[in-house]
Amino acid sequence: MAYNREIDLGTPAVAGDAAPVELTIDGQAVRVPAGTSVMRAAAMLGTTIPRLCATDTLDAFGSCRLCLVEIDGRAGTPASCTTPVAAGMVVKTQTGRLQTLRRGVMELYISDHPLDCLTCPANGDCELQDMAGAVGLRDVRYGDAGANHLNLAKDESNPYFTFDTSKCIACSRCVRACDEVQGTFALTIEGRGFGSRVAASQGEAFFDSECVSCGACVAACPTATLIEKKVIEVGTPDRSVVTTCAYCGVGCTFRAEMRGEALVRMVPHKAGKANHGHSCVKGRFAWGYANHRERILSPMIRASITEPWREVSWDVAIAYTASEFRRIQQAHGKDAVGGITSSRCTNEETFLVQKLVRAAFGNNNVDTCARVCHSPTGYGLKTTFGTSAGTQDFDSVEHSDVVIIIGANPTDGHPVFASRLKQRLRGKPGVAGARLIVIDPRRTDIVRSPHIEADHHLALRPGTNVAVLTAMAHVIVTEALADEAFIRERCDWSEYVDWAAFIAEARHSPEATEALTGVPAAEVRGAARLYAGGGNGAIYYGLGVTEHSQGSTTVMAIANLAMVTGNIGREGVGVNPLRGQNNVQGACDMGSFPHELSGYRHVSDDGARAIFSTLWGIEIDAEPGLRIPNMLDAAVDGSFRGLYIQGEDILQSDPDTRHVSAGLAAMECVVVQDLFLNETANYAHVFLPGSTFLEKNGTFTNAERRIQRVRKVMTPRNGMEDWEITQALSNAIGYPMHYAHPSEIMDEIAAVTPTFAGVSYDLLDRIGSVQWPCNEQAPEGTPVMHLDGFVRGRGKFVRTEYVATEERTGPRFPLLLTTGRILSQYNVGAQTRRTENSRWHAEDVLEIHPHDAEQRGIVAGDWVRIASRAGETSLRADVTDRVAPGVVYTTFHHPTTQANVVTTENSDWATNCPEYKVTAVQVGRSNGPSEWQLEYEARTQLARRIETAEPAE
Amino acid sequence: MSVRMFVPGDAVAVACGADDVVAALRREAGAVGVALTIVRNGSRGMHWLEPLVEVETPGGRIGYGPVAAQDVAALAAAGLFQGGAHALRIGRPEAHPYLAAQQRMTFARCGIVDPASLADYIAHGGGAGLRAARAMAAAARLETVKQSGLRGRGGAGFPTGIKWETVAATAAARKFVVCNADEGDSGTFADRMIMEGDPFLLIEGMVICGLTVGAGHGYVYVRSEYPHAIRAMAVAIDAARAAGWLGPDFDLEIRVGAGAYVCGEETALLESIEGKRGQVRAKPPLPAHKGLFGMPTVINNVLSLCAVPHIFADGPGVYAGVGVDRSRGTMPVQLAGNVRFPGLFETPFGMTLGALVNGIGGGTASGRPVRAVQVGGPLGAYFPPQMFDTPFDYEAFAAAGGLIGHGGITVFDDSVDMAKMARFAFEFCAVESCGKCTPCRIGAVRGMETIDRIIAGDRPAAQLALIADLAETMKFGSLCALGGFTPYPVMSAIRHFPEDFGAPCADVEAAAQGHGI
Repeated sequence: MAYNREIDLGTPAVAGDAAPVELTIDGQAVRVPAGTSVMRAAAMLGTTIPRLCATDTLDAFGSCRLCLVEIDGRAGTPASCTTPVAAGMVVKTQTGRLQTLRRGVMELYISDHPLDCLTCPANGDCELQDMAGAVGLRDVRYGDAGANHLNLAKDESNPYFTFDTSKCIACSRCVRACDEVQGTFALTIEGRGFGSRVAASQGEAFFDSECVSCGACVAACPTATLIEKKVIEVGTPDRSVVTTCAYCGVGCTFRAEMRGEALVRMVPHKAGKANHGHSCVKGRFAWGYANHRERILSPMIRASITEPWREVSWDVAIAYTASEFRRIQQAHGKDAVGGITSSRCTNEETFLVQKLVRAAFGNNNVDTCARVCHSPTGYGLKTTFGTSAGTQDFDSVEHSDVVIIIGANPTDGHPVFASRLKQRLRGKPGVAGARLIVIDPRRTDIVRSPHIEADHHLALRPGTNVAVLTAMAHVIVTEALADEAFIRERCDWSEYVDWAAFIAEARHSPEATEALTGVPAAEVRGAARLYAGGGNGAIYYGLGVTEHSQGSTTVMAIANLAMVTGNIGREGVGVNPLRGQNNVQGACDMGSFPHELSGYRHVSDDGARAIFSTLWGIEIDAEPGLRIPNMLDAAVDGSFRGLYIQGEDILQSDPDTRHVSAGLAAMECVVVQDLFLNETANYAHVFLPGSTFLEKNGTFTNAERRIQRVRKVMTPRNGMEDWEITQALSNAIGYPMHYAHPSEIMDEIAAVTPTFAGVSYDLLDRIGSVQWPCNEQAPEGTPVMHLDGFVRGRGKFVRTEYVATEERTGPRFPLLLTTGRILSQYNVGAQTRRTENSRWHAEDVLEIHPHDAEQRGIVAGDWVRIASRAGETSLRADVTDRVAPGVVYTTFHHPTTQANVVTTENSDWATNCPEYKVTAVQVGRSNGPSEWQLEYEARTQLARRIETAEPAE
Repeated sequence: MSVRMFVPGDAVAVACGADDVVAALRREAGAVGVALTIVRNGSRGMHWLEPLVEVETPGGRIGYGPVAAQDVAALAAAGLFQGGAHALRIGRPEAHPYLAAQQRMTFARCGIVDPASLADYIAHGGGAGLRAARAMAAAARLETVKQSGLRGRGGAGFPTGIKWETVAATAAARKFVVCNADEGDSGTFADRMIMEGDPFLLIEGMVICGLTVGAGHGYVYVRSEYPHAIRAMAVAIDAARAAGWLGPDFDLEIRVGAGAYVCGEETALLESIEGKRGQVRAKPPLPAHKGLFGMPTVINNVLSLCAVPHIFADGPGVYAGVGVDRSRGTMPVQLAGNVRFPGLFETPFGMTLGALVNGIGGGTASGRPVRAVQVGGPLGAYFPPQMFDTPFDYEAFAAAGGLIGHGGITVFDDSVDMAKMARFAFEFCAVESCGKCTPCRIGAVRGMETIDRIIAGDRPAAQLALIADLAETMKFGSLCALGGFTPYPVMSAIRHFPEDFGAPCADVEAAAQGHGI
């Protein structure tokens, strides 16, 4: 694919269905929706009216004055970007007068612009340069003695882009992108008149400002003023490939812009249906880990974890692994081995790993990291609605009137969706914004940010989600706010009656639960009334819902709320888990759980098993296999001895690190397939170097069930795509696989999975992406689910009795620890820590309320020890009232922090999803890292040794 | 003996020492045992007579001016408190030829009433317009405004009735009335005078507007340089609220500008009220469709809104009955600069420029010949005396390559250097530009630099051609009138005073002719 700039129609499309209007532009008739700008109408005819301040990702601004046109019967020369079409309008885009005016404007621009085009990094990719050519500028008559901005200093503080104000044409595209698209309002125009300059925050350096490095300003800049450092270093790209970001569950579509095999930049793709041309600091910029010096490119093996690693060929590594698994199964039975699929890998790779386990290993011992994040979502939504997924697409939020965010921090965890949400919350001139309810122990940024303020922030005590949601339901039921018509039509009425009687009990009232939850009853009542009566109500939630001992109950409580208010089955409403990983939805869909085949069919389902048996020529065990914690338990018992882990770092991400390490240490063959020697690899015997998302073909499925293509933009540096490694291993073990391309794996997925029946690479190439279910009934997918009825038939109300977690505060552990994420880092940080993103967040810190800090003599920046009954670790303190008294908070991005040494073995009653979000702890001052941290560091150094080959004489 | 006197609280009078005069009057009255009541009225608009002190006598109010504090003792001795004779005595102010020659509709009460007293306002006929409006059906109200022929007095001259009708016809949850009182043109002061002298008039006009278009809230956006007007409006708004003129159905608040000329441009003004950077919006959408906070908004100049009560009180026919052609009603003309009789002169449209400058204004204050007058503020065209037969009317001025703007006339004598005035026009634009659009942001600075080269004698013919091109770019390319009108003073100076631009007259003529200004 050759390099072309994305088509830019100049102004955004008109929202909604406007009646068509016909007009004539330069003698050509064109029909466009009413409200369309003359500029866009012309662009749709292929006529590019000169412009600099207009771009179709931003509202028309009308400042550059290049796009002037003449309209019959109208005085003057209106700007085509701000002039809407009218029926019968006759427009001329090029006349002598317009040419003179445009040249006059261009002459002014160039009178204050450096004439260094040949050495400018935007040379060849500069709209100013293009426009100078387009308007025929031949002379600048103002001389070079006048006032100018040519020698102002560059701001190079941001690690990923530079700001060269001397090249700025003050078009405000960056400012508007920051306001309208990203919603951070970090940029402004300082000064006025000729002195108007773009400034970050109060004239600060970009790095020190409120800028969140989403890159929207860089994408919007028409000149070299804001430009990627990589372009300065490498040059402009010469081709581009459309692919999908491998960070969070938003699933942004990007254009990987390349020069040869070098990635020059990742630019968000406007046609991406999840992100519509927006991005965040991770997907846009934090891809340098692919070339990080710590990336492992050769397979390695070792007989024991005390030995250094030995680099071997792929053939040796695969043969060794196969022989080990065969040996273990022969000695200890077929159930002594298993595999873990990765939410970071493609659907095809995940499908293949579970196929390897089920077909080549011959058991159901397969699990995935969704176990530790969204397994309660699967359970809860399947039980109530009948399907294990969010109900809406992201675009649905455009139609929401009230939004509830529970246990999610979208501005940090799902920033691109958060920007979308914030647009809706801010509203537009003349259109009121949606109302907001936040249920979170911590004051996340969305609670109060520029032009946004939550109507209700229910700052509950960690662990009391069910009590708060049940109390909201109590208000809705007892105040007769329930949507009875909806319930009668869509849900099981007798179950509702039973549930309503339960909910109406006085013990569930906000007043009765206030002491427990810490949330004032009036706030709960206000929030419930707003959600029930405020129009389209949508719920978005995250791991603050699922990672609890009552995670599944909370998901069902959410589903109850949506059903009782009729907020399901249309645009603008719904229940939407914000998925953490790029492909956690896909990993779950692909049959990664020990009890489920692809498409969420239980292994005891004879019909489903038969489909696989026929195609794969093997029998699938009708009994579920082992979950991750069970595998570790069994390893300690000695009955489980071999584990193939693709792209997951269970040692860092799973709770109770000591238990995980004991389990791993007990195994005979741990195979880690990853980019880096992660923490789990310290216990591995085989290391198979993985490939990055840039090096392979496949698909990811995002949080809105959207299946999107991942396209290979460069040769895998490790030599193989991940699916090829799994295939080689399967072949070596003796179960043949012969896929030539991941599209063939997708064809197999479609053949065995009813909800994927219509999915193929051809379809994806044709329409860009598709949301499952995609089959005969929905050939182009399903944006909103449960439209005419619930997938399971009738919606099921489930009683949600609040059962307090066993994790309670007491004299020894008087504080509650909860954990979360930050914008610049991603999960365990394997990738982001190996990029410049670490400059924003170099270490995890402990947030503690000033009251609790003072009691303990802690000041900001102190090293503090945090101890639970499971273990202890040390990190630095940040004293802040974002957390309530009695609550402390940290992130888990850095392995040295060892936050999961502290978390306990408690888990969700239904799914074993660990209770990361509630741990009773004590905090006190300390002198530095704990003994465990120091020991661990030393052990890690030892475990990561790689033998250097003797030079051959 | 008790005496009632009037000493203007108007900013011009205060600047000329009115507050000291008040103190001196109280001292003198005390000394002679006179129980003195002083009303701080507005100005009558005869600025050369300020402070113009008036005393109430059985034969009407008698004026003295200009009165300095040190004159008071002598005045008192001459029988000031009884209206006695003195060199500063001008007799009954309304009989003064300057006032007698006027036809005051908008300014009828200014200088007469107590601006802090709603009772006084009503006693002088105030409130009749609102009463009439309330008695009408909604459609009749709109019809009244349309029939009056009232056009926007801020400068653009857009028919007020059409604007109101558009807002009235646009469905929305909320609508607003915004009064543009950011009177930033040099040489204009009518808005300030009426707000300081008759603030209830503006309130009445805005209430009628709110009633007519269905708006529930109004803003008066006043520049911070007008502290007296802000105070007078605040007092009047409180009084109007107490009297029930303002309340839940329609209320008013004052927003004080932060010192940017461009915030007098209606869309920048709206941005400013919204708390944003004072930056011009592109139109469409028109404020009448999507204005303040995205809602339909009437935004009118002070003088437009102040014309409304009279139109309703006396009927649109009276207002429309004066004026010429499509310029109906009266215009409060403001005479300033180097002029012998500066002040406010309200007159029906149609008087010639010469009659205003030489007849009413009495020529220059310096006594030297008039060389140029600038009409319509710093962005208005310069007129030479040869064009003094131009009648004061929107269309006639447009045809003569000028604009009447807000009705300000600034007079210059023959010592003026028109090249420097042309430079000043660019400089003013450069200083006041919001910086949004390119022609204004960069063009103003380049224009200033180019005129500097002309003044320095650097290839003036080539520079003039460049100025002509730049003027074209700015006039047709700028987003708002700031950049768009800057070519008026520049090109009129070049056209009418080519001798000041150092190039052969033929070249200058060519530059100016090609341009059409």
